[in-house]
Amino acid sequence: MYAHDELDRVLVNERVTEFRDQVRRRLSGELTEDEFKSLRLMNGIYLQLHAYMLRIAIPYGTLSSAQMRKLAYVARRFDRGYGHFTTRQNIQFHWHKLADLPDSLAALAEVGLHGIQTSGNCVRNITTDQLAGVAPDEIEDPRIWAELFRQYTTLHPEFSFLPRKFKIAVIATPQDRAAIKIHDIGVALHRNAAGETGFEVMVGGGLGRSPFIAKVINPFVPRRDILSYIEAVLRVYNQYGRRDNLFKARIKILVHELGVAKFTEEVEAEFRQIRGGALALDDEVVADIAARFSYPAYEKLADAPPELARAANDERFSAWRRNSVARHKVPGYAVVTLSLKPTGGTPGDATAAQMETIAGLADRYSFGEIRVAHEQNLVLPHVAQRDLPVLWRALDAAGLATPNVGLISDIISCPGLDYCSLSNARSIPIAQELTRRFADPQLATLIGRLHINISGCINACGHHHIGHIGILGVDKNGEEFYQITLGGRADEGAVLGHLLGPAVPFDQVADVIEDIVETYLDLRQAPDELFVQTVERLGVTPFKERVYATR
Amino acid sequence: MPLVKRGTIVADEFIALADDAPAPDKGAVIVSAARFIAEPEVWLGRAAPLGVAWPNDRDVTELVPYLSRLALIALVFPKFRDGRAYTQARLLRERHGYRGQLRATGQVLRDQFLFMQRAGFDAFDVVKASDAEAFAATVARYSVFYAPTGDGRITVFRARLMAAARPAAVAAGRSGS
Ligand code: SF4
Repeated sequence: MYAHDELDRVLVNERVTEFRDQVRRRLSGELTEDEFKSLRLMNGIYLQLHAYMLRIAIPYGTLSSAQMRKLAYVARRFDRGYGHFTTRQNIQFHWHKLADLPDSLAALAEVGLHGIQTSGNCVRNITTDQLAGVAPDEIEDPRIWAELFRQYTTLHPEFSFLPRKFKIAVIATPQDRAAIKIHDIGVALHRNAAGETGFEVMVGGGLGRSPFIAKVINPFVPRRDILSYIEAVLRVYNQYGRRDNLFKARIKILVHELGVAKFTEEVEAEFRQIRGGALALDDEVVADIAARFSYPAYEKLADAPPELARAANDERFSAWRRNSVARHKVPGYAVVTLSLKPTGGTPGDATAAQMETIAGLADRYSFGEIRVAHEQNLVLPHVAQRDLPVLWRALDAAGLATPNVGLISDIISCPGLDYCSLSNARSIPIAQELTRRFADPQLATLIGRLHINISGCINACGHHHIGHIGILGVDKNGEEFYQITLGGRADEGAVLGHLLGPAVPFDQVADVIEDIVETYLDLRQAPDELFVQTVERLGVTPFKERVYATR
Repeated sequence: MPLVKRGTIVADEFIALADDAPAPDKGAVIVSAARFIAEPEVWLGRAAPLGVAWPNDRDVTELVPYLSRLALIALVFPKFRDGRAYTQARLLRERHGYRGQLRATGQVLRDQFLFMQRAGFDAFDVVKASDAEAFAATVARYSVFYAPTGDGRITVFRARLMAAARPAAVAAGRSGS
């Protein structure tokens, strides 16, 4: 956990005081809705179809049990008893009243939570690997860097009014679990031959109307210089990013229009000017941040304790364990993913009661710590393996042990037409129907790893371009249609999916997905050839033929 | 439009000159970038303080040869959402060492005052009178700053290290959690 200090707390409280004054000015009529808009948008507050939506930052996806309890309190007291975890490791409450917003934010501030960096054209909440600090193969805990970036970008006086929102993600493992290549800046920590650490910097990834995979502009920026380098990128973007057209304002368009070589040259020239200045990260600054992260006092335990062997004959437990439990870097411990994708449910939703249950289980079995994964699931990062059977029973009772992590019904979906004023089509009902079609755990296991991503419009909040199967809602003469793409992926080999063919109407989507999956089962060379691998090997044509043959 | 300097509303000693208006014999004026760059020595030769209104899409390095002789540079926020002048301000102050008045013009609203001040602005052409009156209180709303700029405010990174070096300075240091 990161220990917020007095300075962090003061800032968050000052923010609440300021916002309370802004709401007062709005309610008294001193501010018009339009003037207020820009202010609420700097505190994570959006006006949606039915109510105000409050988005709370969960920096690098790490939550304490106390913070989780406070989220439950806010869900109950100021919202409709649930919250929605997003693909950017944030949480959203969809049913707030304007007059309640300051009190809600004040309650969250008591545990260091806030809506800073969750909206507006600033640098947004920094994301990272949900297994940070426990992944066996990481170079160092990437949250140290995410926290440094978070502090540096918080209310940044130069970069709070960029051409568009700006997303940064950081990883410290060869495997990319944070989808860094679809971020405005993705940085990957490496160690060079001399044993020094530094960052590979990628720029210009992003989905939406013009999707791009980020391009590497510097293979190794020494850690001391990384803030200077990020500032150079932001400064070039702030000056030259397009402001004449909302759809061309992201940095990916600037990189594309200038060309990577010219863009890189601009950044490097700016970097040479600022390198070694006030942003240089002396070892003591990094050490000071690192020292604020505390790690559990792990027991000395052995892997594969007898409790696991005894529980192994329970088929439901074993099925859950196979897909929800991952390796931990400390022997005798495991990382447990809690599926927020029950059959027929809304992906990423958790009720206040579930949040409280999770907080309690985190206290008992995970040193009080919880993570939010960008796949809209939660994670208990430090569970002793001997506790897995008893933890599973508690999770199962709370509806949090659907054994589908990484499988076809572990769907990523945006809120779509049920909440979002920008949407063309519903996305949650599509997800719900698909989870029903593939509810049989044996079928899901037979299919293997397969990620479905659903967005309700081209803004791509559900990351459909990088889903193994992507589903995008489009409007055709006032009716909901869906474009389907195959073969996208968000990991270290990130690619965009290929369009299958003409869009299909709402009531045919689930049938089409079933056809696609059947085609895959017929065509795969071996049971361990993943869906994406089959698509990569054969292209979309065989899938297209099958799907459209009968339509 | 009230002008705020050093936290209070003051009279403007400069006159903004329209592009087709002749230069007055005396008195401080602000001229457009195009007019200034066409004849910089003529403008700087007048026996009065000179200001230049610089657009937000033009490179400020063009001004570098004249900075020590300019009394004022006015940068513009055509919309408050257009943040290019923040970068221009920091470059003028921190890279090129400009010490004259740096004035924010255009959509200058209350909730941007602090950002502007941190970027190096010291004069503000404020849109609303009520915002101008609230200036001093508004820029005092925050006491904690993370990003280092040239404004001299101590950042959190530094404050912590200083506190660590002097354990007595508990105010800025860790407090138990
Ligand atoms: S993808 Fe479109 S519909 Fe879905 S949340 Fe984003 S803006 Fe709304």
